[in-house]
Amino acid sequence: MPVFYGVEVASPLLLGTSQYPSPAVLTEAFRASGAGIATVSLRREAGGGRAGEDFWAIIRELGVRVLPNTAGCHSAREAVTTAQMAREVFGTPWIKLEVIGHTDTLQPDPFALVEAARTLSADGFQVFPYMTEDLVLADRLLDAGCEVLMPWAAPIGTGLGMVNPYGLRALRERFPGVPMVVDAGLGLPSHAGAVMEMGYDAVLLNTAVAKAGDPVAMARAFALAAEAGRLAVGADPMPARSMAAASTPEIGRAFLE
Amino acid sequence: MKIELNGEAREVSAGQLAEALVELGYGGATVATAVNGAFVPVAARAERILSEGDRLEVLAPRQGG
Repeated sequence: MPVFYGVEVASPLLLGTSQYPSPAVLTEAFRASGAGIATVSLRREAGGGRAGEDFWAIIRELGVRVLPNTAGCHSAREAVTTAQMAREVFGTPWIKLEVIGHTDTLQPDPFALVEAARTLSADGFQVFPYMTEDLVLADRLLDAGCEVLMPWAAPIGTGLGMVNPYGLRALRERFPGVPMVVDAGLGLPSHAGAVMEMGYDAVLLNTAVAKAGDPVAMARAFALAAEAGRLAVGADPMPARSMAAASTPEIGRAFLE
Repeated sequence: MKIELNGEAREVSAGQLAEALVELGYGGATVATAVNGAFVPVAARAERILSEGDRLEVLAPRQGG
């Protein structure tokens, strides 16, 4: 099972907590998924408001680890401040570092990402950077102190699955010892299975489960697919070939002409 | 004194952040604070003096992906 910053988690599935039809469905989906990590965020609270307290009580009840994010931040400074606030509220050094560089694709800003990762790592954070599948960026993030990488499969919320299989395969092969989570863009359980079969350690998703017609069933489906992919890697898959190779023995075949 | 709370103009009489939070309805709440874009930890709220026009952000746990 994946190990992030020395912590082994019970499932290769990380699940977001946003966009569910109701808190009850969120809770049921988590139970069905077996996910051991939930992503959460910080947003403005009105004076006298209870939304934050109520939500936090639901998450605590799940008994999972939380991975706070810096969603919506567009600069390193903003992301660092948000991370500091999240560490205090959620009581964890883990931070899913998002620094958005492009509004339409929500593509991470690689330059600000490295800058923020360096600042946060030096301050004791354990950074999970949401990144593109760029090899050089991966190198820079590891230099900055990250011990986990989280490349996207496709832009957040698109459900496209891997848009650059070559890039994700190359990244996985280039850094075999680094725990890596494919984060964002997965729409179907088969997408999760495919990246796990490539050797990724885990997948992080939210919209594909929360926006499904039946989020609870879809959460279970993703969990099974991720687990299937993980087992397949360990089972050493057969090499692919172009031409057919009969699986039924030729010896003993009857001549019936 | 006029400050900005989560992007909206507000009047507060307390000059100190910890007291201003109570005045604004956040007493005992699980929130994190930043003033003018800089994080102010819980332990530093009593010493953090607010000034006219300060931008105060008060954030709480929310759903996230």
